[in-house]
Amino acid sequence: MKNNVIEVKNVFKYYGEVLAVDGITLTVQKGETLGLIGHNGAGKSTLFKMMLGLIPPTSGEIYINGTPVHGSAFRELRRSIGYLPENVVFYDNLTGLETLQFFAALKGCERDTCLPLLEKVGLAHAAYRRVDGYSKGMRQRLGFAQALLGKPRLLFLDEPTTGLDPEAIREFYSILHDLNAQGVTVVITSHILSEIQERVQRLAVLKSGKLHASGTVQELRESVNLPLIINIKHRCASDLLRQALQGVVLEALIIGDHTATLHCHRSYKMEVVRRLGALGDALEDVVVKEPTLEDVFLGYAG
Amino acid sequence: MFNIEISQIKIIAAKEFRDRIRNRWVIAVAIIFTAFALAIAYFGSAQQGEVGLRNIEVTIASLVSLVIYLIPLIALILGYDAIVGERERGSLDLLLSMPITRLELLLGKYLGLSAALASATLAGFGLVGLLLAYQINIDALYHYAGFMVSAILLGMVFLSLAVMVSVISKDRARASGAAISVWFLFVLVYDLILLGVLVLSGGTFGDALFPLLLLLNPADIFRILNIFNTEDLKVFYGLATVFPVSLSSPWLLGSMMLAWIIMPLTIALWRFK
Repeated sequence: MKNNVIEVKNVFKYYGEVLAVDGITLTVQKGETLGLIGHNGAGKSTLFKMMLGLIPPTSGEIYINGTPVHGSAFRELRRSIGYLPENVVFYDNLTGLETLQFFAALKGCERDTCLPLLEKVGLAHAAYRRVDGYSKGMRQRLGFAQALLGKPRLLFLDEPTTGLDPEAIREFYSILHDLNAQGVTVVITSHILSEIQERVQRLAVLKSGKLHASGTVQELRESVNLPLIINIKHRCASDLLRQALQGVVLEALIIGDHTATLHCHRSYKMEVVRRLGALGDALEDVVVKEPTLEDVFLGYAG
Repeated sequence: MFNIEISQIKIIAAKEFRDRIRNRWVIAVAIIFTAFALAIAYFGSAQQGEVGLRNIEVTIASLVSLVIYLIPLIALILGYDAIVGERERGSLDLLLSMPITRLELLLGKYLGLSAALASATLAGFGLVGLLLAYQINIDALYHYAGFMVSAILLGMVFLSLAVMVSVISKDRARASGAAISVWFLFVLVYDLILLGVLVLSGGTFGDALFPLLLLLNPADIFRILNIFNTEDLKVFYGLATVFPVSLSSPWLLGSMMLAWIIMPLTIALWRFK
């Protein structure tokens, strides 16, 4: 496939006796945003580092734009890859601008692109301050600016929003959205699943070094088959409610005073809604809740 | 692997060097060197019952005795953190994700730190050299310059060892421990063992072997380089009795120093994969 930016082919990684990555095969297409999720120790970071060519796989192959992730051809490719490590740490004795200029020099991009980048991530006011005075969020912004040096076509972002406040998180995703629109491919990990589920096109779930599932949020939801949760407000007696739902397979039915909570399989959703509709005026409100990504994720991980 | 981009090495080296200028490391070490050199030049011949800037050869000999302890220690302290520090902070992955090879990173770090140490050495001892220049002849100045160059080489050898320690060590604490061990080994223990063996064997222990063993210690090479090439001191130290003239060529000794610089760096690169 021409459009595959990243190809991971049957990759294994042993640390001594410990199997960290267990036969992962994965492709990421041009312009796609892939979310990589998994518990600590699921092999996310190891996979990340192997895709960046920082550590070699024990076996298997990884290609970026068709180039193996080692050797001198990959060095050239690195100029078009941006990387934001988890818990990024910079040199305390440099200012934000100097930090950026240092990495710009290594990447071979223009020094005068640095200040505009700091503006872009909202750090222009602190450009001439030393990094040791930066807050966690500011360091993270600086890390993001660093990853954007040299207009990368491929971004690896490891837990990019840790330490950012909600406002900054929104700004971050808006920048990411713009980049995406320009065809930049993004691989991102995050622990805050609710945050990335709306923002990635595809998810890959890692568990104990294996690729457990991959697909869109909707595909994952359907494949993991978690029950829907339906909350209702009503004015009828509990018997009447029970009667109305007679014969529908429910996984749970909890009836309160004027409320009730139903857990039902996705395939019975419309049936339940029709039955509830038959209650007429006695029904005041219906809220259907899809399982969240956390539920999906726990469904896989648990 | 071996297509090297000099510009990447320069960028890393320039950062290391600038860091040491900025945090006043270079000026602090230069001041220490100046102070010691002045004190030794002035009081160095006190045992002959005189003080003042007199005998340059004795001054060099005293400086050699000082530098042989001080420079390895300073170089090891300067360099042990080079790689393990980046790794422990978490910035190593970011650095290596840049278009730079490990060899370039290692050489950049090494050369930047070497430049810092060389500047401090040149500034510190050079200043005293300028003061001495009014009082001594051109020949002695030549020896003094030789002393400075060899001191820089000595520093570079121990920096190379420090970088090797820094690559191999798991964390900074272990790296500092290993660096101190390297210092003890080469500066104190090695000579003591040689001396012990020499005494125990009643002096019969290989006439040919002993000088070669001296060449295996960069600190001893430094001493020989500086002592052997001044007539007075050679006799004064009694070095000529154990060290053959054939091995005393500054070129041979200098090459040994270079080998001592290259070898640890090579091991460091090999282990840095």
